[in-house]
Amino acid sequence: MFKRKYWLVLALLFVMFIISACSEEGTETNTENEGEKETATATPAGPQEIRVRVNDDPDFLDPHRATASLSFQQILNMFEGLFLPQPDGSLTEGLAESYEVSEDGLTYTFKIRQGVKFHNGDPLTTDDVVYTFERLMGLNGGEKLSKNFDNVASIDAPDATTFVMTLKEPNSNFLYSLTALQSAILPKSNDGKHNENPIGTGPFAFAKYSPGTNLELKKNEEYWQEGLPYLDKVTFVYQSDDQAAVMNLLAGEVDLTGVPGHRVAEVEGSFNISHQNNNSSLIITFNEEKEPFNNLKVRQAINMAISKQDIIDSIFSGYATPQGSNMSPAMGDYYLDGLQDVYSFDVEKAKKLLAEAGYPDGFKTKITVSSHNDMYPNIAQIAVENLKQIGIDVEIETVEWGIWLERVYFGRDYEMTTIDLTGRPSAYEILNDYISTNDNENFFRFKNDEYDQVMADVLKETDREKQIEYYQRAQEILTEQATAVYIADYEILWGSKKNITGLKSYPFWFHDMKEVKFN
Amino acid sequence: MLYIIRRLVLFIVTVALVSIITFGVFQILPGDPVKTMLGTEADEVQIESLRKELGLDRPLHEQYMDWVQGLFTGDLGNSIRFSMPVSDLLMDRLPVTLSVASLALVIVLFVALPLGIFVAKRQNKISDVLLSSATQLGMAIPSFWLGMILIIYIGMNFDFFKINGYVPWSESIAGALSTLVLPALTIAIPQIAVKFRYVRTSILEQMQLDYVRTIRSKGLPEKIVMYKHILKNSMIPILTIFGLITAEVVAGTIIVEQVFALPGVGQLLITSISYRDFPLVQGIVMYITVTVVFINFVVDILYSVIDPRIRLR
Amino acid sequence: MKRYAKNINLVVGSIIIFGFFLMMIVSFFYTPYDVTAMDIPNKLKAPNTEHIFGTDEFGRDIFSRILVGSQTAFVVGLLTVIIGVVFGVTIGGIAGFIGGWVDELFMRLMDALMAFPGIILALMLVAVFGPGIVNTSIALGIIAIPNIARVARSGFVQHKEAEYVMAARLIGVKPLKIMFKHILPNVSSQIIVAASIAFAIAMLAEAALSYLGLGVQPPDPSWGRMLKDAQAYLIGSPWYTYAPGGAITILVLGLYMLSNAIRDIMDPRSKA
Repeated sequence: MFKRKYWLVLALLFVMFIISACSEEGTETNTENEGEKETATATPAGPQEIRVRVNDDPDFLDPHRATASLSFQQILNMFEGLFLPQPDGSLTEGLAESYEVSEDGLTYTFKIRQGVKFHNGDPLTTDDVVYTFERLMGLNGGEKLSKNFDNVASIDAPDATTFVMTLKEPNSNFLYSLTALQSAILPKSNDGKHNENPIGTGPFAFAKYSPGTNLELKKNEEYWQEGLPYLDKVTFVYQSDDQAAVMNLLAGEVDLTGVPGHRVAEVEGSFNISHQNNNSSLIITFNEEKEPFNNLKVRQAINMAISKQDIIDSIFSGYATPQGSNMSPAMGDYYLDGLQDVYSFDVEKAKKLLAEAGYPDGFKTKITVSSHNDMYPNIAQIAVENLKQIGIDVEIETVEWGIWLERVYFGRDYEMTTIDLTGRPSAYEILNDYISTNDNENFFRFKNDEYDQVMADVLKETDREKQIEYYQRAQEILTEQATAVYIADYEILWGSKKNITGLKSYPFWFHDMKEVKFN
Repeated sequence: MLYIIRRLVLFIVTVALVSIITFGVFQILPGDPVKTMLGTEADEVQIESLRKELGLDRPLHEQYMDWVQGLFTGDLGNSIRFSMPVSDLLMDRLPVTLSVASLALVIVLFVALPLGIFVAKRQNKISDVLLSSATQLGMAIPSFWLGMILIIYIGMNFDFFKINGYVPWSESIAGALSTLVLPALTIAIPQIAVKFRYVRTSILEQMQLDYVRTIRSKGLPEKIVMYKHILKNSMIPILTIFGLITAEVVAGTIIVEQVFALPGVGQLLITSISYRDFPLVQGIVMYITVTVVFINFVVDILYSVIDPRIRLR
Repeated sequence: MKRYAKNINLVVGSIIIFGFFLMMIVSFFYTPYDVTAMDIPNKLKAPNTEHIFGTDEFGRDIFSRILVGSQTAFVVGLLTVIIGVVFGVTIGGIAGFIGGWVDELFMRLMDALMAFPGIILALMLVAVFGPGIVNTSIALGIIAIPNIARVARSGFVQHKEAEYVMAARLIGVKPLKIMFKHILPNVSSQIIVAASIAFAIAMLAEAALSYLGLGVQPPDPSWGRMLKDAQAYLIGSPWYTYAPGGAITILVLGLYMLSNAIRDIMDPRSKA
């Protein structure tokens, strides 16, 4: 009797909950229907739509304010500059149809391409080009947004199709600052709204941005390159967890994602895997102003004691290319091969060098790493094990990204650290970090007169072959001076659906969707 | 009434103190949010212009007063990382977290209540030992490990369950459930193990209350005793559970969202901490804490309405 | 019947805690393998006779790392409890003994701290202090304060009107001396129970923070951190999660059992 009563109470409670749950569901169903309609109209289940997984949100959609390579990886699909970067690291004419450089290397005259339309339908005019550079240089009332044009003396638009820039000093690398990475051409009519509602001339137009979730781009129907693009819609989906991203690829929720090396085997059979040399350089480096790292032999000893292969095998499952400087083979002609073998792993030799440097028993030091990516603490752990063998006792200090930036990158208050230097399309920008007067980026505190001279000379050199010679010499100096332990350019392994074609890989971060299509 | 007013004053004081702690604590944070945001590729020109834009160059008390004002108007400022209003970002993520939390809550209520009632009548040596072990195990097991175990044993064996990501309810109910059930279970299992004993205690208390005995002695049929009185008062155990677990379920989602890569408020919080996005961290902490405090406040009030004795305590 | 359960708690709890304690002591002198030594060709090997819990992504012996991880768990737990007890007893003692507006102020502040869900407060504080063993302990210590302060306060409130306190006052003993020499020993049993629970909570919270990547940082071994690392290999090497997860669960379980047992022994009334 009594027992039954309790079950009745129980049953009633259940009924109560079911009722409340139902009423809850009832209201939900309404919104669901609405939602379904919405998605049904916005995304007809067509095949020419791609979902690309990206690690993180862009810092800005406004290309003049964005600084993270991750941002450009996505937004470069919307914007173009006077020049377009190519997969091999060279440049072709973009919104500039043609150009001329004066004999003295100071005056650049561009013919602006006709018939190009912005995503809002407005035609591209020289006014927009002038506006773009004035905005970057802070000439039209706003804050200066870039230092790249400090060397520009004047800009001018003498007629409706001509744009002229005059430099203060010749700079053979100048054209590289005219791609969408540094100076995307923006419409004047969109002033003040470049971040909320970005408008460019690129193959895809902004559709919708949901922070932390995705960025949706739609096809630019009036793109100036005939027949392109093929895709109707591109969605960049944010997923910071690499492991989860692989699951999403396997489940068909994304069409393209980077795959961690140790999971390639799972993906290989049913998906395409393409290998991209990232053009970045993973390094372990030292503050070269501080003892004992001001001693060349100490730096060389460390270079020989760290096993690049161990790091490549454990962190990247073997998918990485060892380096000798931070120039990657991805840079083609500019890259000088052979440097990666100069300091081969040799504990005995390293010990000898350390003894010659006056540290027969090694020394104590500290490596400061950022915790925002597990890669850095992991690399530090391997380095610590390696350096223990030559008597160097390294303590790992793990700090947050913000503190790392403040203390190590900007504050230069550190002994050792590890980081990856992200790739850029221009050889000059890859190497200019080490110029002693480049206080902004030279967190190595590297100072070498010959290096400074080489980097100054190359800007005055107009002949490409000779430029290459300078750049290669610069790489040699970095290796000779053991400026850092250049570990590797790690490959990004792109897993994509088998029916996707037209993926291109650039020597910097760019998911170029222009020629991508589903077959 | 006096009780309710006293509770209300306490609620307001607590919220005020919480706001001071939340704002104040971030003023001693190391690391520059602007530099963090722009990373290694920024130059000083960009850094300065952004700092000014975000108002981070103004005096502290001004920033605090603005923030407090924002709390009342629901305008908690702009996230530094996403250059968007904090409230918009929260609204984006809230459905995920609310779904997990309410599903977990429902599971806990559905299982812990019957279980509590069931064991209330079966007290003996062995079950007592077993139950207390279950409770202790429930308290000891870390939720993130439990989540991984569920992934290994359930997620990988049954195609229905997705072990990461989130499908909005609006896209597909089954899809949403497939992504939410495992996280909700991860939160619910330890809560059930711990909380069903409170239900048992609460039910037993009701059974022994004077008024039940009085009604019984009046000769009312058992059925009426049960339905009319005990059932009405079984709101108490439900409230008990509700009050006890809200904070823990909310806290649980923060961690479980990481295990199952769910794009909820918890994940937003972790991201905002590593990006030193003060406004966003403050906003999230404030919202979550005030919600929890508010629920507890409401539970207290409801308690006093249902069971007047509580006011005297 | 109750005594039976209580004894089980006491016996099992003590065995677990003693076992882990022994493990920690031993790990200072001996581990089967060098905990940091890497053997990259042998990474992620499933448990076998050489490595009973397998090897991690650097080929390090997981069993050895579990042993050393107990040091971190105990250090964080102990530091947290010390901070919590020192500040908690001081705040609670002063509030309870003096009463009035001081009591009101302190207790409202403690209420406000308790109003934050634990992990939220922990995350916020760790964001402020930064990661690492000491910083994590400070953050967790702050979280432990309100609970201990409440227990201490109620003890002091109960005892401040007691005859022996009155007597001490009459003969002119200084208030501080009364608080710490006379009252404190009498409320210590409740504080010990609260502290032992704080210890268990701290270990769990440390594991959670480290799992989120915001607590103990490599190379310091931490079970929570190991679980974070293991999650990357969950599909291919699910066994990687068993040892660290099991270690946390068993140790915390032991602590809860022991603290329940202590509570039952010291305060028989609490059983109801």
